[in-house]
Amino acid sequence: MKMRATEAFLKCLEEQNVDTIFGFPGGAVIDLYDDLYDSKTIKHILVRHEQAAVHAADAFARVRGEVGVALVTSGPGATNTVTGIASAYCDSIPIVVFCGQVPTGLIGNDAFQEVDIVGITRPCTKHNYLVKDPKELVATIREAFHIARTGRPGPVLVDLPKDVMAAKVDFTEPKPVNMRTYKPTYEPHPGQVEKACKTIVKAKKPVLYVGGGVIAANAWDELTELARSLDIPVTMTLMGLGGFPGTDSLSMGMLGMHGTYYSNMAVANCDVLIAVGARFDDRVTGKISAFAPHAKIIHIDIDPTSISKNVKVDIPIVADCKHALAAMNDYIKRNDSFDTAAEKEKHVPWLEQIKVWKNEHPLGYVEETDVIKPQFVVQKLHELTGGDAIITTEVGQNQMWAAQFYHFNHPRHFMTSGGLGVMGYGFPAAIGAQLAAPDKVVIDIAGDGSIQMNIQELATARHNKLPVKIAILNNSFLGMVRQWQELFYDKKYSSTPLETAPDFVLLAEAYGAVGLRATKPSEVEPVIKEALATDNTVIMDFVISREEGVYPMVPAGKATTEMLLV
Amino acid sequence: MKHKHTISVLLQNKPGVLSRVTGLFSGRGFNIESLSVSPTLQEKDVSCLTLVTSGEDAIIEQITKQLHKLIDVIKVTDISEKEYVEREMALVRVKAEPSTRAEILRIVDIFRGRVVDVSPKSFAVEVTGTGDKVKAMIDLLRPVGIQEIIRTGTIAMTRASKKY
Repeated sequence: MKMRATEAFLKCLEEQNVDTIFGFPGGAVIDLYDDLYDSKTIKHILVRHEQAAVHAADAFARVRGEVGVALVTSGPGATNTVTGIASAYCDSIPIVVFCGQVPTGLIGNDAFQEVDIVGITRPCTKHNYLVKDPKELVATIREAFHIARTGRPGPVLVDLPKDVMAAKVDFTEPKPVNMRTYKPTYEPHPGQVEKACKTIVKAKKPVLYVGGGVIAANAWDELTELARSLDIPVTMTLMGLGGFPGTDSLSMGMLGMHGTYYSNMAVANCDVLIAVGARFDDRVTGKISAFAPHAKIIHIDIDPTSISKNVKVDIPIVADCKHALAAMNDYIKRNDSFDTAAEKEKHVPWLEQIKVWKNEHPLGYVEETDVIKPQFVVQKLHELTGGDAIITTEVGQNQMWAAQFYHFNHPRHFMTSGGLGVMGYGFPAAIGAQLAAPDKVVIDIAGDGSIQMNIQELATARHNKLPVKIAILNNSFLGMVRQWQELFYDKKYSSTPLETAPDFVLLAEAYGAVGLRATKPSEVEPVIKEALATDNTVIMDFVISREEGVYPMVPAGKATTEMLLV
Repeated sequence: MKHKHTISVLLQNKPGVLSRVTGLFSGRGFNIESLSVSPTLQEKDVSCLTLVTSGEDAIIEQITKQLHKLIDVIKVTDISEKEYVEREMALVRVKAEPSTRAEILRIVDIFRGRVVDVSPKSFAVEVTGTGDKVKAMIDLLRPVGIQEIIRTGTIAMTRASKKY
């Protein structure tokens, strides 16, 4: 069927079940926006900066478990997406970013608003395309979605020259995408599953080390079954939070640089480490030679390059986490050599030891009566939302306090820029999350520094009547860098004090949102309650203790057992 | 232990595919000693890229996995894990005075090279072989006076089974 390319483009999105896209118009995509204006199925959310469009699409994808979509114009529109794309790449989030491009005849001529965005994003996309021939348009869009969502998910960029989008194309009926060069491995090798299970059964001190792959693969039920059937304690990476209930007695919370004392001690002393959809990032391992030094390491990952990249793995399983965990659960059930009651019994001393560590150094902070502690704010947010809110974060101390003290019980409820660490991620992400789940409470836990990196999105939130809540943990510092300067640079606070800041309450009001402030601990609860009861965008400005640090902390490059504690 | 590896990569002949490969090497700090790429002609729109790299076993494992992860890559073979033949070629222009012409021809003959261009003052010589052989000929020609050297990267092919 012949139709305009722009029409075919929208039909392709509908075919992928896309109902919301985030974008910003411009000359090179004006034809697309002309059609989008009339679309009844696709809602376009106009952001105020293209970076925000990508973060919003990223969080939308995480909440829904589908592919997020952003649409921007050529040149600066395209370059503004790079940070968002790189963040989605690090965190393996499925998004497709469509960029306008100058007409094919002008490509390479340094035309107005021309940039080689395919070249620029080559190292930070899973794959990218420049559509030069209108005949390729439909197939390319289908391939882009296929690549984004399958295997290890990731961002795909499609560059759309203006003349291609003004052409007529043939829209063909969809059929399953079959690519000769791209066939991810979903099913685990049965021999490896057997080896892994036989290793687990010999373990006296096992630990499950769980990353974002468990969430990407929707494998939380299988993971919970494995952990509970044998009583294996679970620690999670930043990206894995919510993959296992944070309040479960087997949960040890997060590991790594700002992980719990007991998580890091358990990993350092375990005899079998079962890594599931995690990638042994430096913030997790600390000094590699001291990471799980006594353990046999089992590693389940859909991406073969993740295996033995940083840490040598004894039993690799290249597979989708859900399939691999299901196969292991099945093996354990079928196999008579597995007496699950005896296994649980065998792990009792190990769980006792972890309890001892937990009692020695629980997650905590020094409480004060006259000044608000950031951890207290996060605890109150947990309490007053029943632990059910979707939490997004910016990057820095706010991110770590959220990770430590919110105790995520559900998957797809925590959105943070884990790998790239993007300040300015949280607020646009909250907008994306709220659109993906209109009935949920969505809170961006922010710092006074990072909220200013995408503060312009207040207009987007307001225009779309999104009741997103922003909790600014305001210490008038770029707090995490300040903490490093305090600890390792003789308190030389170079460029970290943020004494000049907007009045966030007035700023909220300027946008027609609601601004609330708490300066004393007693004001925290009323402010949160009022915010939750308000059907509008709300900024909560919590003026917190200025030089509070995030603890535990493993100094960079040190062994994870060498923690600085509260 | 650091070893030299010759890796053969079959890839789809799409725009930008070479920069995906070289970008992977530069971005991850892997080393490329030589690289040679051309359409195979055996199959439409498929090219074969041969690259020589060196590194510890874990690095080589990462290189082959990362190459395989590129969407346009069809197949990656670490040829040096098998029995293989490798060739490279060089074109060398040497100063050719009446007094040295016979010497040049003798050296070229020993290496089974050929003279491919003659001028009153120079010969251009072609030689193929392993990298060592090509280098050996260049070293012998050097005293005569080399004006220009152009070398290809290595290409390589696994040996077929010797069984009947």
